[in-house]
Amino acid sequence: MTATPTRTPAARAPKLNLIGLEKTAYKGADSTLCNGCGHDSISARIINAAWEMGLKQQDVVKFSGIGCSSKTPAYFLGMSHGFNSLHGRMPSVATGALVANRTLIGIGVSGDGDTASIGIGQFKHLVRRNVPMVYVVENNGVYGLTKGQFSATADMNQTLKYAGTNPYMPLDICLEALAANATFVARSFAGDAKQLDALLKAAIAHNGLAVLDVISPCVTFNNHESSTKSYAFGKEFEIPLHELSFVPSYDPIEITEEADETEVKLHDGSSLVLKRLGNDYDPTDKYLAYRTLEEARQQQKLLTGVFYIEPKTPSFVDTLQITDTPLAQLSSAQTRPSRNALAQLMAKL
Amino acid sequence: MSVTVQEAQAKQVSQWVYNDFNLNVATANGSGSQTSNNLLIRSLYKMGIPVTGKNLFPSNIQGLPTWYNIRLSKDGFLARRERVEIMICMNGATVAEDMESVVPGGIILYDDSLPVANHRKDVQYYPMPVKTLVKAADVTYTLQRYVANMVYVGVAAFLLDIEMAEIKNALDWNFDGKPKPIQLNWSMVTAAYEWAQQTLVNDQPYRVRRMTGFNEGTVLIDGNSAGALGSVFAGFTFAAWYPITPSSSLAESMITYAAQTRREPETQKATYAIVQAEDELAAIGMVIGAGWAGARALTATSGPGISLMAEFIGFGYFTEIPAVIWDIQRMGPSTGLPTRTSQGDLLAAYFLGHGDGRHPVLLPADPTECFEMASTAFDLAERLQTPVFVLSDLDIGMNLWISKEFSYPETPLDRGKVLTAQQLDAFKEQHNGQRWGRYLDVDGDGIPYRTVPGTDHPAAAYFTRGTGHTPYATYSERASDWENNLQRLARKFETARSLVPAPILQEADGARIAILSMGSNHPAVVEARSRLLDQGIPTSYLRLRALPINGEVRTFVERYDKVFVVENNRDGQLYEILLTELPGLSTRLVSAAKCDGLPLSARWITEQITQ
Repeated sequence: MTATPTRTPAARAPKLNLIGLEKTAYKGADSTLCNGCGHDSISARIINAAWEMGLKQQDVVKFSGIGCSSKTPAYFLGMSHGFNSLHGRMPSVATGALVANRTLIGIGVSGDGDTASIGIGQFKHLVRRNVPMVYVVENNGVYGLTKGQFSATADMNQTLKYAGTNPYMPLDICLEALAANATFVARSFAGDAKQLDALLKAAIAHNGLAVLDVISPCVTFNNHESSTKSYAFGKEFEIPLHELSFVPSYDPIEITEEADETEVKLHDGSSLVLKRLGNDYDPTDKYLAYRTLEEARQQQKLLTGVFYIEPKTPSFVDTLQITDTPLAQLSSAQTRPSRNALAQLMAKL
Repeated sequence: MSVTVQEAQAKQVSQWVYNDFNLNVATANGSGSQTSNNLLIRSLYKMGIPVTGKNLFPSNIQGLPTWYNIRLSKDGFLARRERVEIMICMNGATVAEDMESVVPGGIILYDDSLPVANHRKDVQYYPMPVKTLVKAADVTYTLQRYVANMVYVGVAAFLLDIEMAEIKNALDWNFDGKPKPIQLNWSMVTAAYEWAQQTLVNDQPYRVRRMTGFNEGTVLIDGNSAGALGSVFAGFTFAAWYPITPSSSLAESMITYAAQTRREPETQKATYAIVQAEDELAAIGMVIGAGWAGARALTATSGPGISLMAEFIGFGYFTEIPAVIWDIQRMGPSTGLPTRTSQGDLLAAYFLGHGDGRHPVLLPADPTECFEMASTAFDLAERLQTPVFVLSDLDIGMNLWISKEFSYPETPLDRGKVLTAQQLDAFKEQHNGQRWGRYLDVDGDGIPYRTVPGTDHPAAAYFTRGTGHTPYATYSERASDWENNLQRLARKFETARSLVPAPILQEADGARIAILSMGSNHPAVVEARSRLLDQGIPTSYLRLRALPINGEVRTFVERYDKVFVVENNRDGQLYEILLTELPGLSTRLVSAAKCDGLPLSARWITEQITQ
């Protein structure tokens, strides 16, 4: 007698990434932001990008300043060290940490108040130094955590319930970055998951500072139709400059240059492929980037994509000519000069 | 000068004064007088004479009055002295005032082209033909102004008997053996010397002569160079700074010394990074970031800088991140007197930040202690996981001090309670089944264990935040979590009392009164005590080397009827801290505080006690 084999339906094998982890392993604590907040969508994209790239979370450090956006590093990559710093001061903290340990992958999340108001100085110097990290600005044009004041990126003549009408032109984070010699400048929309995925991956692969200005609607204080930072506006009026795809270095696919595509090789061997949509746009042309950004600003258009990329400029860590071993991991034998060295210096005095 | 002339003048001088007078040089800044003054002080030092040099300079690049005060003291008293016996006048803007400042019986050397008025009868004048000598030297116009100051070096060398060989050695040292500037300056010094020899009748009483017993085993150095060297030998790996007088030379010296000694042998790459930040906010932010990531990180600044750093220092205290902050104090409040010394940042440094919080403060008294405390500061910062201040000042930082030769740091670096991946695995077993929590006090000393980013362990990560948190570093607004955490931080500060450098006590037999002081006041206190003893008043002395104070301070104060708290600020800031920490002993404490931008003098301290 032969036993009739019984077939139990096989549980669907969980999808694992390069280092054998499920996507859920990249989650953080539960978000405490408002339901529908654009920031949570961005956290989800960061989780996805890190998982798809097979990042080891112990190699990643998360930074933020103060504000709603700056709470989010607690909500992704729970196995990474996180640093919720002071208002507008994340750039300096990240600079110190990434110089102290050059092997770390830095992901910073800031907001428009944190970056463009209180933190504009540190932001511009972070850009100027080309500190190798991803710098995401979750830009909603409003102060959420203090309940609805205008930020420096708020639209001109926009009206808010408590703050009244804003009489000033907004600061454009991408233009500010460009003027400070940024090597990677992009804008996206929290509702555009596909574009954000490609941008985040390219930003992580970039050896330098990658500025991602992501329009991220504040559902509580700034989501009405008159705002360029609302879901309705983004969904209706987002104009992508190009269609982006990221090809990781481990991917064996040979990229064949299509007539309507531009490929930008990144530091680690990966590539960003930009497929033209309508106008020709060369993201290595800085003058074009200035012009395009300024036109979009004046016309209050939500233009998204990579405005500028320059992958060859040495990063801050390269410039410093420091040891390959992270400074923080050097032994005292490596950091305390010899008895003889002191004797020689003493003899010279 | 003929032998007969020398004998004739020797008869006129009733009493020689050897190695015991005060020489003041008045010049305009930016005129190269620093080189001339360095030659004088260095050659005197190399003759074995106890000397001290105080540079009184303006907050300016060129053209404003500067004084350099060189005190010689055969007895080894190195405090600033107010009486001036020898004045060298090279600045027309201040010459009248400068000439008035000399004590009766003193001498005045002056550039004979200066508009000199009211000749005093009680001093001796030595006009120097500076212009003529410079002209004869045949140097280009641009260099004339610089070599002009070499004239007084040559004339002073003749009048005071400074060994010319030592002046030449000092010149070689100053220009690091570069023949061109050495030759240029040396020819001017010798020309002036020869002119003096041929022309002047040296019938004034002040002389120097080689001596032994004091300068052996010492170096002549400023505190900022010493602090920089100390940091380099303390294994610093990260520094960020923003230029501010009088601290800039600390960071700049680090750049020089580190480049010489801190390269990886195989690759020549740096085992450190020094970043000039965009401001003090960024400098401390970088230091906090680097300290968090496991580097030995420091910044150097002065008063206005620590005001800007306040928010980050409070953050570092609360998030428990090691950092070392050198505050080279200048006179505040506000921009104050940027080129004058002070001990006015004591309260600010001790309590910096909003909300509750206190920080260990180290108080070096001279360059040697700057060197040593550079290591101590890092060890404490990493052991206690907190920002630690080193409070130097302009007097220590920028003036040359005879200092005990630095000894090689023998103690291994204390990197504090940092868990490796292996230690993290074993943590639970070693701590009664408690899992690791970033802010969990398992040892009872208030100091938790930390991990650094990059630790290859899935449970190594934690989230650093300046908001309320639990022992496991999760967000919390619960009242008990908040209070427990702050109480633990207070406990940690109690632990600090036993870890910071102990005070140094000198107790005198039969003394009923005592002096309690700190930092750069030390030489003035030493001299004041000697004067007081001469007047039949023995005093004991406690030199505080750190805050928080420990039990030794209390028992010391308890032993005396009166303890004068001597400090260089207006409000008596150390006195105020002692009143708070030793409320029961307040009637014994007497504040003796002065703030005029100058280092304290023995005369002033003596007066405070005898009045």
